[in-house]
Amino acid sequence: MKFRVYRYSPESGLKPYMQEFVVETTRGMMLRDALLAIQEQDESFAFRHSCGDGVCGSDSVNVNGLNMLACTTPVAGLRQPVLVRPLPGRPVIRDLVVDMSQFYKQYRSVEPWLKRQDPLPEHEVHQSPEERDKLDGLHECILCGCCSTACPSFWWNPEKFLGPQALLTACRFLEDSRDQAAEERLDALAGPYKLFRCHSIMNCVEVCPKGLNPTKAIGRIKAKMLKGSL
Amino acid sequence: MTLPRRRFDTLIIGAGGAGLNAALQLAGSGLRVAVVSKVFPTRSHTVAAQGGVNAALANVLPDTWHWHMFDTVKGSDYLGDQDAIEFMCREAIPTVYDLEHMGVPFSRLDSGKIYQRAFGGQSQDFGGPQAARTCAAADRTGHAILHALYQQNIRARTHFFDEYFAIDLLRDDEGAVLGALVLEIESGEPLLIEAKTTLIATGGCGQVFRTTSNARINTGDGMAMALRAGIPLQDMEFFQFHPTGIAGKGKLITEGVRGEGGYLINGEGERFMERYAPNARDLAGRDVVARAIVTEIMEGRGCGINKDYVLLRVDHLGEELIASRLPGIRESARIFAGIDPVLEPIPVFPTAHYSMGGIPTDRFGRVVAPAGEGAEEVVPGLYAAGECACASVHGANRLGGNSLLDILVFGRAAGKDIVEYIKENPHHRPMSEASLDQALSRLLYWAQTEKKPSGKGKAKPAKVTSVRELREEFRKVMEDHAGVFRTHKTLSEGVKLLKSIRKQLAGIHLKDHSKVFNVARIEALELENMIDVGMAIATSALGRKESRGAHSRPDFAARDDRQWMKHSLYFKEKDRLEYKPVRSKPMTVKSFPPMERTY
Repeated sequence: MKFRVYRYSPESGLKPYMQEFVVETTRGMMLRDALLAIQEQDESFAFRHSCGDGVCGSDSVNVNGLNMLACTTPVAGLRQPVLVRPLPGRPVIRDLVVDMSQFYKQYRSVEPWLKRQDPLPEHEVHQSPEERDKLDGLHECILCGCCSTACPSFWWNPEKFLGPQALLTACRFLEDSRDQAAEERLDALAGPYKLFRCHSIMNCVEVCPKGLNPTKAIGRIKAKMLKGSL
Repeated sequence: MTLPRRRFDTLIIGAGGAGLNAALQLAGSGLRVAVVSKVFPTRSHTVAAQGGVNAALANVLPDTWHWHMFDTVKGSDYLGDQDAIEFMCREAIPTVYDLEHMGVPFSRLDSGKIYQRAFGGQSQDFGGPQAARTCAAADRTGHAILHALYQQNIRARTHFFDEYFAIDLLRDDEGAVLGALVLEIESGEPLLIEAKTTLIATGGCGQVFRTTSNARINTGDGMAMALRAGIPLQDMEFFQFHPTGIAGKGKLITEGVRGEGGYLINGEGERFMERYAPNARDLAGRDVVARAIVTEIMEGRGCGINKDYVLLRVDHLGEELIASRLPGIRESARIFAGIDPVLEPIPVFPTAHYSMGGIPTDRFGRVVAPAGEGAEEVVPGLYAAGECACASVHGANRLGGNSLLDILVFGRAAGKDIVEYIKENPHHRPMSEASLDQALSRLLYWAQTEKKPSGKGKAKPAKVTSVRELREEFRKVMEDHAGVFRTHKTLSEGVKLLKSIRKQLAGIHLKDHSKVFNVARIEALELENMIDVGMAIATSALGRKESRGAHSRPDFAARDDRQWMKHSLYFKEKDRLEYKPVRSKPMTVKSFPPMERTY
C-alpha cells in the first residue's frame, strides 16, 4: 500500500516535503502499524504514539485531509496514496509531531477542575444516575486535538477562541451537579471570541475519534448563558 | 558542553496516577516540585485502566477493609507484605472519596453513591460470597482518574516538564540519590535536575513481552534506572498475564466484563472455568483464569480454525447494560476484533499485563535495599510508587482493581513522607560528578556510534542491525521463554538468549543523529531499559523453583511455603539473586496464615 507522509526536520535545512513509502499490509492493520512500518524503513521518521488503543490521544494525525487517531484507523479503506500530514494549523516540530502548547493552554484556561463552596462530606458527594448521565459525551475527551485543529475558527483565532476541546471541557464542568461555579464559568466565557467564534461548522463533530459532539456542548453553554441573562 | 542545571526540592519521574497523586500531596507543602514525564501527563498509561478501583465502601453489598485485606493476601498467594496490604486496604476508602471530591465522574447507584461492581478474587466475610468492591466510571475508570488528577495539578500549579526522558539517577558515594539526568525530547538537549528527594513513578514494563495490553511507553525505564544505580528489583518473576486480551492483538478487555456477568467458553461451547474454580468460576484470580485458558487451548479445546483462543460471551447481558457499563469495551471490540459484543462473543487470549514486582519499598514509598551484606536500609532521598515499585501489596498475583488503588495510596504516602524527609534534610547534597559522568555516558554512547563508520576500519557487522529489529527479537524471546508457563528449560534458554541480545545491542548504532524529537534515540534508550528488566524477570523466574501466583513452573508445580515464602531480589551486577523474608505481620490485625488457594 502506498503512503505519502509529511517530512520536516528543522536541522536538515530542507523545506517540508511529502515522501512516499510502500508498506506491506496485514489483516486488521491500523494506520499506526503502517507508520511503525515506515519507521522501520526510515528510523528518522517521527510521530507520537503510545497506547495503541485510542485512549491516550497521542497519535492524532491528518489523513487524506481529515484528522484522526492513527491507532484506531484501519488502513483498509483508505484512499491511496494515503496522505499523512501533521495536525493542521499547529507549528510543526518534526514530521508528524506538532507543538500542542496553545491547545493545552486553552484547555487550562477553562479551569478544568471541580469548584465547590460547600464543605465536602466525609463520604462521596451524592449524584443521581440522571445527573451523572449529563456528563456522558463530555468527560470522555482524550485531548488528542483532532477537533480544535480541524476548526477554522481556531485556525484564525487560536489565541482568542478557546476551540471545541476547551469548550467541551467547560461544558463538562458546567453540567456537573457537584460543581458550584456555573456563574463564574459562564462569565469567563462571555465576549465575542472565547465561545462565540464558534460558527457551527461542525468539523469537530466529524473528526472526534471518541464520537463526542463539541458543537452540541457549545450549544448547551450558549443556552445556559441565555437562561442566565434572562 | 555546559550542562544546564535546575534545582528542586523534589523530582517526580512519571506523571501517571502515582506521580500525579504524589505531586498533589506535595502541592500544599510549599516545596518546589518538578514532574518529569516522557509523554504529556494524560497520555500516561493510567489512562488505559478500565474496570475500576477497589475500596470497601459497601455501597452495593456489605464490605469491610478487613475482607478486602484478606482477599488481597490470598490473591497474592501469601507473598504480599501484610503490613503494606493492611495499610492499602484501610486507605482505600478515604482515597476513593478523595477522588470523588476531585471530580472523578464515577458511575452512580440510584442512592447517589458511587457504583461498585464485582471483580475477580473478591469475597465477603473472608472467603464467603462474591463481593462488589470495584468503584467504576463505566469502563473508563483510569481515564476518569488520570484526567481528574491532572486537572487538580493544574489547579495546584505543579511544575511539569512534559516530554522529558529520564536517563539515569544520580547517586553519591554514601548512596544518597541526588536527582536525575533527563533529556528534553523536543530539543534533544540534556538537563540535570538536582533534587533532595526523587520519586520514581514510571509505571510498568509490559512492552518486554510481544503480546501485551501495555502502551508503547511501558518500557520499565524507572526499574532499569534503579538497577543501574545498584538497587535490586524485587519479585520480578511475578508477571501478570491478563486472561482476556483480544486474541492476536493483546488489547485489554476488562475483567469488569466478567464482573458484569460475562463468561468464557471453549471450542466445545463449555463454560470451562466451572472445572477450574467451582465457586468463583470466571471471577477467580487472574492467574487462575489465564492458566485455565492456556490449558484449554493446549489440550485442543480452543476456538477458531487454529483452536488458538477462547470466547468471552457478553451478548446475553443486553445492549442497554453493555452501552451504559461497558461502552469502551464495545468500541475496542468493534475496532480491534471487528465484532460487536452485543451480537457476538469476543475472541480472547491472555496478554502480558502487569508487573507485580518492582523497586522494593516500604509502605511509606521509601526505597529499601540491602546495605552490603547487612539488613535492608532505606536509600536516602529515593522513593518509588506505582507499578514500578513493589511495596509489596500484590505478592505473586495482583487482584483486579488493586492497581489503581496501589498507585493512588502509595503515591500519596510517598508524597507525605517526602515532606517529612525534607524537613529533616533541608539541604541539597553536593552533586556527584562521577555519577553525572556515568549518566552522560549513556547519552554519549548512542551519539558516539556515529563516529564508528567514519573511523578507521569498519565495525564488524552485527547479525541484527537496527534497534527496532533487536527490540522485536527480544520481545519474542521473553514471550516464548518467560510466558504463562515457564520451566527450567525455557528459562535457562531464555537467559542465554537475553545475554546474547544484550551483547548485540552493544554492536548497534543509530543512523539518525539529529537532535530535535529524535524518536530513534529514545527507542534505543528504552530498549536498553527493557533488556535490563527482561533479564531481571527471566533470572528471577529461573531462580524460583516452585509455582506461586502468576509464576507457574510445570517442573515445580506446587507452592512450597517452607522454602519459598520469600521475596526475590535481582541485582544487575553479575545477574545476582538474593532473597528476603515476607512481612507477614500486619499493622494492627492478626496475620493471615498461608492456606491452600482455591476459588
